[in-house]
Amino acid sequence: MINHNGDKVKISVRNLNFYYGDHQALFDNTLDILENRVTAVIGPSGCGKSTHLRSLNRIYELYREQRTEGEIILDNENILDKSVDVLELRRKVGMIFQKPTPFPMPVFDNVAYGLKLHFKLNRKEIAERVEKALRGASLWEEVKDKLKKSGMALSGGQQQRLCIARAIATQPEVLLMDEPTSAIDPVGTLKIEELIEELKEKFTIVIVTHNMQQAARISDNTAFFYKGKIVEYDKTEKIFTSPEKKQTEDYITGRFG
Amino acid sequence: MQKRGLAFRKTIDIVLKGLSILFVALTVFMMFWILYTVISNGVKALNWSFLTQPTKPYGIPDGGVLNALLGTVIITFGAVLIGVPAGLLGGIYLAEFAKENRLGNLIRFSANVMMGIPSIIVGLFVYALLVFTTKHFSGLTGSVALSIIMFPVVLRTTEDMLRMVPDSLRESALALGMPRWKATFSIICRAAKTGLITGILLAIARVSGETAPLLFTAQCSDSWPGSYFTQPTANLTVLINEYAGNSPFEEMHVRAWGAALLITAAILILNISCRFIFKESKSAK
Repeated sequence: MINHNGDKVKISVRNLNFYYGDHQALFDNTLDILENRVTAVIGPSGCGKSTHLRSLNRIYELYREQRTEGEIILDNENILDKSVDVLELRRKVGMIFQKPTPFPMPVFDNVAYGLKLHFKLNRKEIAERVEKALRGASLWEEVKDKLKKSGMALSGGQQQRLCIARAIATQPEVLLMDEPTSAIDPVGTLKIEELIEELKEKFTIVIVTHNMQQAARISDNTAFFYKGKIVEYDKTEKIFTSPEKKQTEDYITGRFG
Repeated sequence: MQKRGLAFRKTIDIVLKGLSILFVALTVFMMFWILYTVISNGVKALNWSFLTQPTKPYGIPDGGVLNALLGTVIITFGAVLIGVPAGLLGGIYLAEFAKENRLGNLIRFSANVMMGIPSIIVGLFVYALLVFTTKHFSGLTGSVALSIIMFPVVLRTTEDMLRMVPDSLRESALALGMPRWKATFSIICRAAKTGLITGILLAIARVSGETAPLLFTAQCSDSWPGSYFTQPTANLTVLINEYAGNSPFEEMHVRAWGAALLITAAILILNISCRFIFKESKSAK
């Protein structure tokens, strides 16, 4: 799908509404997420940024009272449609969470686990893919001598990159990141930001962030959310230098939020 | 305004503190007293034939307890085979699939009630259900009775341990495209592994000293526990009841103490190893 600027659209969200039981959290969200770009989602706490992100891989379905309305078109397919296989969807759309969540198993197995889930591979192929994924997450040099050690024993920043390696090992097309650096120290954060810069050559990235400098540094497009609505969505440069809406300007200049 | 004296409040403080310490000391003292009594009487029974001979009928000297020891191990093991898988799966259901719904609350409530049922009632129930209908006392029916006592304990500890696993781990397993059952068994249960093992060991410790459920089911016997499925099966706790309560022979009283020592030692070892496993896993993180 191509939009009117001639950019390739990877995900097209149309009139997305989201409900936690009776409480509506997202109102009529419509936006196009561009292929091989980093799209940042910013806004004050409770504005629905994470909720929006969690709709894109239907992870919210873990909780029975949460539901969506509207359409999310990924490669010409409405992924909210019940007929879409959610396991395959989640292979295509990987996710990184706020707190690093390594599985309680060795570093190698952490990456191999998802891989074996989706692909039939022999040992040699698995080892190759694991190394490739760890290199892809800029973690290989740091862990190549401790692949058999528990993933939980790594530092916070390393754990988060391990989670990124785990996600990219299954060859997804989209990576969702839910405040991936908010629990990581500054050095670890820098490494992850550099990594995101590299990853966008292969993946379409959507990142929720509390940190506006981070959004400005790493994203191509930025969506500003407020009270469940998308107030403004544009090129990041435009949002941070000359936003159209007063609300956006107030937020990015730190007048509220 | 007149100030209240401090002395009174301070005195109450000291008295309450003193009382708490006193009762804690009393508890610890009781435990050591019981241990002392069991050990000092029990060691008298310990000799080669006690540990290698089966029980002998009344009046025949030089009997041991080996058949009862084996019987207890087999009956408990049978109870584990029946009770633990059921308790684990039930606990998984409660923690992962029935957090807040009505059925879950009903199961949770029933399990709590079950934990409070006197064990002799469980024994009578199994007697009526399996022994009376088949006309056979057996070790197996004893295992069934013990498994009924284990089941709610394992169920609730499993649920508690799984609930301690953060949702974020659950979500990240699912976000990889893992089906729910796989995420539950290979990620969530693995993360809660030490807790689950501890729960099982504590449940075993809890039932291995039970007597009442075995009185009407496994009963007691002087033969080897080869006929576990069809005949009364010797076991330590009913043996203690029999030897200490019904026997006029001093020699048998001593052997009852010896059997008590064996059970106490086994349960102590189980409990202590639980603490050890739990500490180990905490320091590993």
